[in-house]
Amino acid sequence: MVKLFPHKNTLTEKHVKANKVADDRVPDGILKKCPKCHTEIFANQLDSYLTCPNCDYGFRIPAKKRIEWLVDDFEEWDSEISPSDPLKFPNYDQKIAKAKKNSGLNEAVLTGQAKIDGQSFALGIMDPTFIMGSLGQMTGEKITRLFEKATKKGLPVVLFTASGGARMQEGILSLMQMAKVSNAVAKHSQAGLLYIAVLTDPTTGGVTASFATEADITLAEPHAMVGFAGRRVIEQTIHQEIASDLQDAENVLKHGFIDHIVKRQDERSTIEWLLKFGGEAND
Amino acid sequence: MTKKAMEVVQAARDEKHISGHELRKVLFPDFFELHGDGLSGDDPAIVGGLATFHGQPVTIITTSRGHSLNERIEKHFGQPEPSGYRKACRLVENAAKFHRTVFLFVDTAGAYPGKSAEENGQGEAIAQNLLRIGQAKTPIITIIYGEGGSGGALALACGDGVWMLEDSIYSVLSPEGFASILWKDAKKAAEAAEVMRLTPKDLLQQKVIEGIIDEPADHLQVCQNIEQVLQTELDKLQNLSAEELLVRRYERFRKF
Repeated sequence: MVKLFPHKNTLTEKHVKANKVADDRVPDGILKKCPKCHTEIFANQLDSYLTCPNCDYGFRIPAKKRIEWLVDDFEEWDSEISPSDPLKFPNYDQKIAKAKKNSGLNEAVLTGQAKIDGQSFALGIMDPTFIMGSLGQMTGEKITRLFEKATKKGLPVVLFTASGGARMQEGILSLMQMAKVSNAVAKHSQAGLLYIAVLTDPTTGGVTASFATEADITLAEPHAMVGFAGRRVIEQTIHQEIASDLQDAENVLKHGFIDHIVKRQDERSTIEWLLKFGGEAND
Repeated sequence: MTKKAMEVVQAARDEKHISGHELRKVLFPDFFELHGDGLSGDDPAIVGGLATFHGQPVTIITTSRGHSLNERIEKHFGQPEPSGYRKACRLVENAAKFHRTVFLFVDTAGAYPGKSAEENGQGEAIAQNLLRIGQAKTPIITIIYGEGGSGGALALACGDGVWMLEDSIYSVLSPEGFASILWKDAKKAAEAAEVMRLTPKDLLQQKVIEGIIDEPADHLQVCQNIEQVLQTELDKLQNLSAEELLVRRYERFRKF
């Protein structure tokens, strides 16, 4: 057989194996493998949406990257808020410093007021490059303020979730954020305002168990991992391997907990339409 | 002498610790069970129903670990399924309709992490409890009498006050899980327990709970101590209007 390339890096030669850890899904190298369908993609095949051309999986991207193609206008709120360290946890400060550098944010969520085609709304985007979007005390504070300000200003909320769950380094105070944000979501809802959640890869743990599943309309990106417990924990509990798609957004939709899967390229137009027709009708 | 954090963890998990069954039998002898979530199932890890407390009707919800091995397996060792959380939510909303106070008794390692639990929306079930129990217009008091494990405990502790027995814990996850995630070594659980601040004293300091209930060896005495707290809290909360209650509840979590 004639070899096209001398190195063992072609699709036919390389044994494609499931990347079970798959915790590094932010593209940086020249050749990238889709963690879902395992298609190898050259970096120049990826556009600014950073989705797999084969299966539409959306790679994990910094919050600020989404702003580029999602909205016309964005005014950031509470940008100065930075993590607390309630347990004085060893080496946590170094982790925070690295996260800030990775994401260009001071906390794991970017919040503010945005516009799409003239429609204003409150926008929150969690950042998987900031300690895996974990829900710390100040992450919860920013999201609570997002809902409180939106309620005061009479704005709908669009929130992109991406999170490994509660932030362990902050102990019980990180758990308390789940109830704190939920109460703010309830007030926003009681004011008759629309809340759209967009679940992106990964949405897990305490975020799934609070504001990610409290929206009026719940969207998700293709093949985003959406679940409560970690895969390893489940397998240890039931003493058997679980299907690789158990926590795929598509499977969660099938069980009734997601309204619609939306490709990243279609998010802007979908959100625009839902803001117009998904909440209280304006005449 | 103050116990080390890991000693409190062990005491909270001890077999001889007071059980939900005992609490119901002693404190609420006329307990009438109401089964099921009204949607899909009846999770035996959550036992709820009606009772009277000093002549007043109340709603009681307890987690349940079970006694025999079969019972324990059925109840997933006290780890509720989504239908358990939905049962609790249904009973709380029903209590609010009739202005009945709700007493919740929590001892769970956490929400059950199984395949069916995932498929049935474990995360969504907990989230809806936070959203809906959080808005229920009736006094809601939680007693943690063993383990208060993560979101699975919070979903039953999102009302107006949380009290803990001396030998109980409340944490974002187990010290073993914490050590294995952050230090890749589950054997460092004792060290983790210290760092996590999960004992009642630590939690009171962080204002996560309202108070600690003395826990002598005699279970009857423990029940009496709990009864006293419930009565005092009930008197305090019943004087508030529904609006005042919800404002107070919002502030209770907003401060974190």
